[in-house]
Amino acid sequence: MSNLLGDPIVTEEGEFVINVGPQHPSTHGVLHLKIWLDGETIKKVQPHLGYIHRSIEKMSESLSYRNFIFATSRMDYLSAHINNQACALAVEKGLQIEATPRAQIIRILMAELTRLSSHQLWWGCTGLDLGAVTPFFYAFREREAIMDIMEETCGARLTQNYMVPGGVMYDIHPNFQHRVKDVMKQVKKYLHEYDELLTGNVIFENRTKGVGYLSKEDAISYGCTGPTARASGVSCDIRKWNPYDGYEKVQFEEILGTSGDCYGRYMVRMAEMKQSIHIIEQLIDNIPEGDFQAKTKNVLKLPKGEFYQRVETARGELGVYIVSDGAASPYRIKYRSPNFSNLSALEHMALGSKIGDLVAIMSTIDLVIPDVDR
Amino acid sequence: MDVKDTNKLVFPGQVHETSDGGILVTKLDDVINWARANSLWPLVFGTSCCAIEMMSAADARHDWSRFGFEVARATPRQADLIIVAGTIVMKMAPVLKRLYDQMPDPKYVIAMGACTISGGPFFYNTYSVVKGVDHVIPVDVYIPGCPPRPEALLHALITLQEKIKHETYFKKKDDKK
Amino acid sequence: MNNDELKEAITALLPTVTFDETGEFLNALIGSEDLLPLMKALRSQTELHFDYLFCLTCVDWKDHLMMVYHLLSKDHKHTVVVKAKITDTKNPEIEAVTGIWKTANFHEREVYDLFGVKFKNHPDMRRILLDEDWPGYPLRKNYVDENMISL
Repeated sequence: MSNLLGDPIVTEEGEFVINVGPQHPSTHGVLHLKIWLDGETIKKVQPHLGYIHRSIEKMSESLSYRNFIFATSRMDYLSAHINNQACALAVEKGLQIEATPRAQIIRILMAELTRLSSHQLWWGCTGLDLGAVTPFFYAFREREAIMDIMEETCGARLTQNYMVPGGVMYDIHPNFQHRVKDVMKQVKKYLHEYDELLTGNVIFENRTKGVGYLSKEDAISYGCTGPTARASGVSCDIRKWNPYDGYEKVQFEEILGTSGDCYGRYMVRMAEMKQSIHIIEQLIDNIPEGDFQAKTKNVLKLPKGEFYQRVETARGELGVYIVSDGAASPYRIKYRSPNFSNLSALEHMALGSKIGDLVAIMSTIDLVIPDVDR
Repeated sequence: MDVKDTNKLVFPGQVHETSDGGILVTKLDDVINWARANSLWPLVFGTSCCAIEMMSAADARHDWSRFGFEVARATPRQADLIIVAGTIVMKMAPVLKRLYDQMPDPKYVIAMGACTISGGPFFYNTYSVVKGVDHVIPVDVYIPGCPPRPEALLHALITLQEKIKHETYFKKKDDKK
Repeated sequence: MNNDELKEAITALLPTVTFDETGEFLNALIGSEDLLPLMKALRSQTELHFDYLFCLTCVDWKDHLMMVYHLLSKDHKHTVVVKAKITDTKNPEIEAVTGIWKTANFHEREVYDLFGVKFKNHPDMRRILLDEDWPGYPLRKNYVDENMISL
């Protein structure tokens, strides 16, 4: 039996084939999953991608080395600063310059603020996906405070285009330091509410403990990175393995879990929020004086060769691979996005569980679909 | 007096044509428009970055539920407004058309962000982006910005409400949409 | 292992390999027909044990295509980049490494979709990002599309 488009709705074994998405409130974007069901148990998951494929890689081949950075803000828009940082670092690698010390500390501060606000939005949406509406409003309360700080310095709330090859675009606003300190006080005061609302809740624990198990070998083989892999025990934090921009001088811990299920991924992200606050507090009073941008030519030309830069976004490892043939535009840019590889492990994690578990798994992997499709 | 003779009567003063039906129906128009404008239910539809600013417009600081938009439906059968937030690509365009067709009349469309107006930052040298969502569905309000602030989205929602309040339900036959 | 030991070990596996150390990582250039045995050995030998494939892509150099594989070992902390040259640009084909690293499944489908390289023995060789009936392969340098607007 098949529908008008020829897709099977009931297979010969008696399994139902249904669509989740592309328009769905809990797929975090336009993800189309075809799931084969036996009753309510999932037998097979087939992701269909490409509903937001905006051909960013092809477009970047005709832009200059200063211009192509804006498109990466729109790829994983919740870690926009970190994506821009990756591109700026890759171009700096090609030009063989380094950002100024002041710019490096400003970059780390912006990256950690972005990571914190991204995890807050993830927490709110996890609650919303699993049926709790209140966490959504609590999460946005702190996130709005951080976005106000970004807006004052960078000019935009979401797609800031602040990192440039050589440093940052403008200097920080004079209010930046004391506003960040106020926001850190507010976040620390209210972080325990997050635990009270969701972490100890018996419904939440039943829905996430033991669900979506990913073993350590599978996490490495599927190329998972970020909190998804760290909850399975894989040590992969690029800030520790290949430090960049001064992260080697900052004190923080890499959070590793052992359980490998949804609850483990949740706890890893909650602990990462506290680590981000710790990093910000170390650096906010110690921003060195000096230039905010190293001197570069107006038209940047990278020498012939290949340059690969890895950074740690809120979701995993982003790799920017630039192939240059000496011209003023890149010859080929490849973005190794974290969500693309994390999504490939979805079928493995969801086999044998129920549809409600599929929603819990997708929300704890923390997918952002434009990053999958680029 | 014979009914046929009323056409030959000469009325004192001037006769102004009202929109089909006169004073009773204009008041009914006002009530219908007021009811429609103040409880538009949007469809949960966001493809990329503008969806986050739409969620910010729904949060406690900007709060679009003051204007009646609180109940965001997940299914198009129960929604009357679709806010297209995010780029539409060629693979997604038939899906959007299908969602629009599934919504019952009267339905409204807001195109949010530069990508939906004209392709936005993805206009040049892209092979898969639809350069403007009005190639797919008719649009009522356009919001510029990349992404537009939540206050801009609230302004657009109020503009749409004003637009609805000027609609007429009872129309002459040749004026039909 | 440092770069010299890696060069020795890889040359022992495949004598026709050439090396390029101008960049950040050690690059090993091979022909496309030698790919699968070398990759299997890189994964399984305990001194090499490259268990993490972190980037798989293709670069179109107009007269040939170059497949690029970035490999990392979590235990030994060394990195190598394997580049396989495909000389036939009309019908490019190469072996799939999906059986060795599961992450290659989606990445190879993406390379097929955007460059047209067919992967032999791939479990699911379909387009992933574009429509099934999209004409042409967009990221090739000779791709022509009248809907694309250029400055």
